[in-house]
Amino acid sequence: MTPLLSVQALSKHYGAHIGCADVSFDLYPGEVMGIVGESGSGKSTLLNCMAGHLTPDAGRVFFDTRAEGPRDTLTMSEPERRMLGRTDWAFVHQHARDGLRMGVSAGGNVGERLMAVGARHYGDIRGKAVDWLGRVEIDGSRVDDRPTTFSGGMQQRLQIARNLVTGPRLVFMDEPTGGLDVSVQARLLDLLRGLVRDMGLSAIIVTHDLAVVRLLADRLMVMKSGRVVEAGLTDQVLDDPQHAYSQLLVSSVLQV
Amino acid sequence: MIELRDVSKTFTLHNQGSAVIEVLSRVSFSVAPGECVALTGASGAGKSTLMRMIYGNYLTASGAIRIGDVDLAQAEPRQIIQLRREVLGYVSQFLRVVPRVPTLEVVAEPLRAVGVPADAAEARARALLSQLNIPERLWSLSPTTFSGGEQQRVNIARGFAHGYPAMLLDEPTASLDPVNRAVVLSLITEAKARGAAIIGIFHDAAAREAVCDREIDVSRFTPQAAA
Repeated sequence: MTPLLSVQALSKHYGAHIGCADVSFDLYPGEVMGIVGESGSGKSTLLNCMAGHLTPDAGRVFFDTRAEGPRDTLTMSEPERRMLGRTDWAFVHQHARDGLRMGVSAGGNVGERLMAVGARHYGDIRGKAVDWLGRVEIDGSRVDDRPTTFSGGMQQRLQIARNLVTGPRLVFMDEPTGGLDVSVQARLLDLLRGLVRDMGLSAIIVTHDLAVVRLLADRLMVMKSGRVVEAGLTDQVLDDPQHAYSQLLVSSVLQV
Repeated sequence: MIELRDVSKTFTLHNQGSAVIEVLSRVSFSVAPGECVALTGASGAGKSTLMRMIYGNYLTASGAIRIGDVDLAQAEPRQIIQLRREVLGYVSQFLRVVPRVPTLEVVAEPLRAVGVPADAAEARARALLSQLNIPERLWSLSPTTFSGGEQQRVNIARGFAHGYPAMLLDEPTASLDPVNRAVVLSLITEAKARGAAIIGIFHDAAAREAVCDREIDVSRFTPQAAA
């Protein structure tokens, strides 16, 4: 099987400081991978380098494109990379405001991505937007309201709807449940799991919440000071951590 | 079906003076299809550790654990994920679920994961839940609020939903009343009849005698005893 995403020796430095160094892994279709580590460990840098938001200093990121098979997304032309960002890739930001257009209605936010891939029939776009609002449990009657009138949890769900409407194959998520209260978190996790299973998505989730990765991720990477110190099956890394830092991380979680 | 050869396990506790604890060494045995083997030994002998190693939950320090044609000691995460989805079932002592998901879906999920259509999976889940005496009015609720015994039965229903060719059972009859205990034992007998290879931990000696063909005393694999 061809990996959907193959990351090879990816490194990013901020001056003399290491952002992330020498990260390599393969992600296969349908897999969900979690990246955990303390803040400043390079999780978000790595995610942004993979998604093309930051330019890495070294390394390669191969994505298995629908038309041409595996291609290095770092050497692609900018229009090609942007096309990928609108179609097969989705990026869920930690703060919903970074991923939404706050001055445009909820329906407009979902519809924009559809129009970017060529949808022009207004009725169809609106219908699809309402359908997706329903899937992320936002009442269809809110379709014409701006996200500024939504709660934080609703904004996050709207961001997810906007990202998934074009049927991407790979979703990058940066702390998707961060800053949400626990009841909304549970709802979002349930939603994400259902979407991953039903749509066959692959996803890379950056988080510092170990409970979130246990529920969502098949595989786990533990980062410290920009390097991957341990990787493996999620439950294996959490239940039988090998590296000193992973052991510290797992044993530091407060029991509820 | 399940074959262990020269398996050993050590834990290294980096944050507690890098203490190295040898737990198991030179474990070798195999389980044939249709056979149920009980792991026995005093508490702390390594029964659960060994079972978790066979599930790929704990890393194996050396040796080979073969299930079908996969060696868990060497396999890639995605091979283990596929193995767990299709071949290897595990009934743990505790139920771990996503909050808010109804019991019926929790039980049907392993079947959905192997591509069984929603209605067929749900029918099987219904049959198992009623067989295990979970009242129908609870089926649409999340099991997180259920009593310990109810959660255990939901866990068993989930574990037996898909007909795995290899199964690991960690105290499946603990905290169950005699009626439900009999139901679980009959599920195990059925699984054996269809050819599943089963490894179980049973503290309940009567249950062990009822379903197990052989016993393996794990304490003979503790390194001190071997030395």
